[in-house]
Amino acid sequence: MTETRTPPVPEAPQRAVRQDRAQLGLAALLLAAGAYTVIDATTLEVGFADPVGPRLFPYVVGSVLVVLSVLLAVAALRGDVPEADAGEDVDLTQPSDWTTVAKLVGVLLFTIVTVDLLGWAISGALLFTGAAWSLGSRTLIRDVIAGFVLSVASWYAFYVGLGIPLTPGILDGIL
Amino acid sequence: MDSLSLLGDGLASAATPENLLYAAIGVLLGTFVGVLPGIGPAMAVALLLPVTAGLEVTQAFIMFAGIYYGGMYGGSTTSILLNTPGESASVMTAIEGNKMAKKGRAAQALATAAVGSFIAGTLGTLGVVFFAPALASIAVDIGAPSYFAITVMSLVLVTAVLGSSKLRGFIALFLGLMIGLVGLDLNTGQPRLSFGTTQLADRLDVVVVAVGIFALGEALWVAAHLRRTPLQITPVGQPFLGRDDWRRSWGPWLRGTALGFPFGAIPAGGAETPTFLSYLAEKKLTKHPEEFGNGAIEGVAGPEAANNASAAGTLVPLLALGLPVTATASIMLAALQGYGIVPGPQLMSEQPDLVWTLLASLLIGNTLLLIINLPLAPAWARLLRIPRPQLYAGILFFASLGAYATNLDPFDIFLLLVFGLLGLAMRRFGIPVLPLILGVILGPLMETKLREALTISDGSPSALVGEPLAVVVYVFIVLAVAGPPLVRRLRGSGSDSDTPEREKELV
Repeated sequence: MTETRTPPVPEAPQRAVRQDRAQLGLAALLLAAGAYTVIDATTLEVGFADPVGPRLFPYVVGSVLVVLSVLLAVAALRGDVPEADAGEDVDLTQPSDWTTVAKLVGVLLFTIVTVDLLGWAISGALLFTGAAWSLGSRTLIRDVIAGFVLSVASWYAFYVGLGIPLTPGILDGIL
Repeated sequence: MDSLSLLGDGLASAATPENLLYAAIGVLLGTFVGVLPGIGPAMAVALLLPVTAGLEVTQAFIMFAGIYYGGMYGGSTTSILLNTPGESASVMTAIEGNKMAKKGRAAQALATAAVGSFIAGTLGTLGVVFFAPALASIAVDIGAPSYFAITVMSLVLVTAVLGSSKLRGFIALFLGLMIGLVGLDLNTGQPRLSFGTTQLADRLDVVVVAVGIFALGEALWVAAHLRRTPLQITPVGQPFLGRDDWRRSWGPWLRGTALGFPFGAIPAGGAETPTFLSYLAEKKLTKHPEEFGNGAIEGVAGPEAANNASAAGTLVPLLALGLPVTATASIMLAALQGYGIVPGPQLMSEQPDLVWTLLASLLIGNTLLLIINLPLAPAWARLLRIPRPQLYAGILFFASLGAYATNLDPFDIFLLLVFGLLGLAMRRFGIPVLPLILGVILGPLMETKLREALTISDGSPSALVGEPLAVVVYVFIVLAVAGPPLVRRLRGSGSDSDTPEREKELV
């Protein structure tokens, strides 16, 4: 069933020699996560009348993660290449464009920092505009208008329809 | 018969004009989001959960049922018109569906998908009405050891049987179990993996995790690989089925339903296997074999019905055991938990009115789907033309809104971002999403049952196999995991040709 995945991976013929070293980074991350899970569990106190206690589960989960991270590192070095996710708008024949991803993360971080101060109506509009711009849209004025329509409409929909007042921020009293 | 009269009561309480309005809104929203390229049903349901937040339980359920079926139908529209299925269950629909669309029969493909979904959804929901109470009445007597065994089974099967790389499946599962640990320990009240923050000690909101992994992760992944050449989209007329189409569709609809429902109801069944089997069956049984591969209507009708029937089938273990077996079902479980409802054997006897209202809502949502969506199909098709920057900016916008609206705490958007980046990494490294989500949801449940079982036995691990059912389940797990490779080894013994394949399986 997987044969229908489009498009074909171009480097398939030289698969035997190709390594995906980035997987080692993932393995390191898993190792850290597993180890931290175990260390965190040692700080827990075991209550009496609880023969299992809160430690066992994290011990098991953490140690298995450590084992899996080693297995992944070995598999990566032996030339095991992951099958990246395909999708309707995904073009795997092109090299990854991490700049766009970094811009989007920046836009989200900006939203996180400003949403309480500026309020959802303004922060949300900026989120939409910034994200569209990061993804390559060059119709700035149209995006700003669309962003404001979306954010103000969602503010009122949540306030009137669901009774949830999203943060008004500096527009307090105007909305 | 008892079940039917209870369902009747459920229908009566669900079918008020106001509730029908909520169902219609749910269907419209669900289809709208589901049609958008890149959004599968699980993601549609997760993104739209916050919309139901302020409603009372019944109305929320009804709207939710509409969203559920709408999101599923929207996904099949995308795969027929774009030939790039957003999820594995739609792969089979896309094969013949897109060929039909290219031959100018997009309208018929959409119509047979819609009617097939309706029939399969209705029969499947009726199946749930009959099977879920029966299973629940057996399940009430299941003790903690057996329950623990069953959760282990569903996690192991989903991880080991589905997906191409077992190693990556287990990485996903254990990451999910780790995420499930975050927060106060349920027994002793001590915070675990919380980095001293109160927001994490308060346990993670599953919706934030799901939206982060599904929606934001997908959007970031697409951003890194955005297709710069526009896709071919086939224009659609008014969907209708000619006499010949009806004659050729009804058999596949019924057979697809019969295949899909049981696969949905067992753990690790999913929708891939029955849609595939249904496609094969229709290819064998058809009187027009020459059309297969060139747009045969049976190849759309069967798999589409199987897909929907299997979605209904997943409700049996979800409602009767509290076990979700697909990503969409696990988000539904999270939604139910949000209303303080704990699905499981007791749910049927303790809150029967809720269950019957939910099932009745599913029937209503399914019917509205057919009524609303057949005429609207050309409008939905136009959604596929939304420019991609604005489309994915919109997904980011609504994902953030959903995360933020629950607690009005910017920290939740931060968590969303963290899980979005995790989702991105998983797509980059080919790590499946489903085991992770199931791990997050079932992990805490598993731990509770394990500790319950061992507390009774005062810590002796023999208690885990102290019930016959638990032993049977463990034997089944071993057979299911070790059986297929063993059979392959016995069959292929002596030939060297299968060695690399076996190695691949191990990794």
